[in-house]
Amino acid sequence: MTEAFWALGRASGVVLLLLMTVSMLLGLLTRSGRPLVRLPRFGVLLAHRNIALLSVVFLGVHVVSLLLDPYAQLKLIDVVVPFGAARAPIAVGLGAVALDLMLAVAITALLRRRLGHRVFRVVHWAAYVLWPIALLHGVTAGSDGRSLPFLALSAFTATAVGAAVVWRMTDHFVEYRRIRTEPAR
Amino acid sequence: MSASTALHIDWTRCRGRGMCTELLTGLGRDEWGYPLVAGGGSDLPIRTHDVEAADDAVALCPVLALSIRPARPTR
Amino acid sequence: MSSTSTPDLARATLGVPRLLTGHGPGYGEHLRALGPLPQRAGLVDEIARSGLTGRGGAAFPTSTKLAAMAPRGVVIGNGSEGEPLSAKDELLLHNRPHLVIDGLLATAHALAARRLHLVVGAASEEPVRRALRERGDADAIEVTVAPDRFVGGEASAVVDLLATGRGLPKDHAVRLTTRGLRGRSTLVQNVETLAHIGLIARVGGERWGAVGVPEDRGTRLFSISGDVAHPGVIEAPGGSSLRSLIAPSSPQPVSAVLVGGYHGAWVGRDALERTVGASSKHGAIPAGAGILVVLGDRSCGLRTAAEIAAYLAAESAGQCGPCVNGLPALADLVSRVADGDRDPRLPAQVERMAGLVEGRGACHHPDGTAKMVRSALVAFADDVAAHQHGFCRAAR
Repeated sequence: MTEAFWALGRASGVVLLLLMTVSMLLGLLTRSGRPLVRLPRFGVLLAHRNIALLSVVFLGVHVVSLLLDPYAQLKLIDVVVPFGAARAPIAVGLGAVALDLMLAVAITALLRRRLGHRVFRVVHWAAYVLWPIALLHGVTAGSDGRSLPFLALSAFTATAVGAAVVWRMTDHFVEYRRIRTEPAR
Repeated sequence: MSASTALHIDWTRCRGRGMCTELLTGLGRDEWGYPLVAGGGSDLPIRTHDVEAADDAVALCPVLALSIRPARPTR
Repeated sequence: MSSTSTPDLARATLGVPRLLTGHGPGYGEHLRALGPLPQRAGLVDEIARSGLTGRGGAAFPTSTKLAAMAPRGVVIGNGSEGEPLSAKDELLLHNRPHLVIDGLLATAHALAARRLHLVVGAASEEPVRRALRERGDADAIEVTVAPDRFVGGEASAVVDLLATGRGLPKDHAVRLTTRGLRGRSTLVQNVETLAHIGLIARVGGERWGAVGVPEDRGTRLFSISGDVAHPGVIEAPGGSSLRSLIAPSSPQPVSAVLVGGYHGAWVGRDALERTVGASSKHGAIPAGAGILVVLGDRSCGLRTAAEIAAYLAAESAGQCGPCVNGLPALADLVSRVADGDRDPRLPAQVERMAGLVEGRGACHHPDGTAKMVRSALVAFADDVAAHQHGFCRAAR
């Protein structure tokens, strides 16, 4: 039974990496204002939103399963407050930082209309920090974090997100950018 | 056919991402990508069968530039 | 009310001119001419009876705006005058500051307003502050200097200036009278309008409105510039013809007049007999903020229109996509017409671009620019045809 929690914790971690990666890519695509082949712009946005919310759900599964796993020796406070865990404080702490950031991003996104666009946008930028921290947490804290398959998966997702971020910084990232003058601010 | 509400574009916020133009048939895009109301101006009258699409557009606008207001523009 | 009006008061308040009377700006002279500001009950009704319309450009009936105000609101006197060719607000604030202050105090009292602001151009700050120090009843008025920016005079920009210090136009989600400065019911009134209220508070709406015509009562200030011998500000009764307004300052032949300023409309010399009024009803040319730019027959109207369009494009606050992109494109097209580009599609392209920016901004800057450009194509239709054939009529 305890093995099952460990397995679930590990599997949900891998799924989380995939979901967060896809969410990052779709989020960047949303920001560009471009459709995805046959998927219209609002479809890209909805996919981004739903996959991001799904990753919050998997984050819950990930945390609960590892809290229940006796080998992890994880206390509830270690999940939220970083770098105080009994076992692997740094590696687990990275996960706590990622979790805090992810909750902040998710909550401000859900309350976007109430908080206003500025708060939403500033907090949403945390995604660029949260994703690499989460990846680092996976490599350092995962029991198979340094196994070849996981390292290969990590390299693959990092390449994808990295490429998207490079695209983000190019001139023609935003649709119409080369045609129009953007208003100030 | 007189609509009682209208979808209003706050141009100070709009950055022409084009999502609303996919959701509402009455909205096109100008040559710079900004939404273009079929009858001109900043307000698209919402017809009965467009009510849901207009609500979606308001909820999905990435920069919160859309709102629903009484059809007659308040000046 | 006639019992309270001495013959002197009648002469000072009921004739033409009544704002530009030529007496000094001091409080003593003001009181000698008009007496103290009476605490008149029912001022809002008197203003309704007067038929006074806003003198800032939109010509909205003042009483309608007052009626929309909630108690404990904000009253803002707007003398920011972003339009470079308008000189009347500054002149008024220099010469009759106490009449403007009277209007502001009377309006605030009638509306039970809590906060009073006077927003003025940099050149008027000192005379206004001096006037406020001269009297004991105006301590509640807070003076703010507006940045010298074309769109800064727009009501929502004035409210934004007081709220944030930036002075940028805002999206009109609700009327300012419903929710304005810091959420309070807010009235923004041009300083000339307030000066007229200062007179109505003394003599009543009916006597104030005895001058003028039924559709445009009272007097109005006009800033006259362009190809004229004597640029300046004049005061004229409602119902005045364009010819009578410009005749004293421009003896030479006139080919066109831009009525209402940079957001106004060009009219050709065939329109000189038309009246300039509050609105376009009864065949009048809307006065806007009372700016008249005279074009002599030696100037090319298309060249002037192109220069104004370029100025207006540069004066965009830069907030709204269609304005930021459309106004430079529009100015460029007009300038090509003025330069003698013979592409036959140009006039249609100007029309199309004007239509593309119209109504698509938080303020009326794109609309006003489109209106000015469109009217130029009509008023200078012969010049457009001439330019298309490779010559300019103004070049002799």
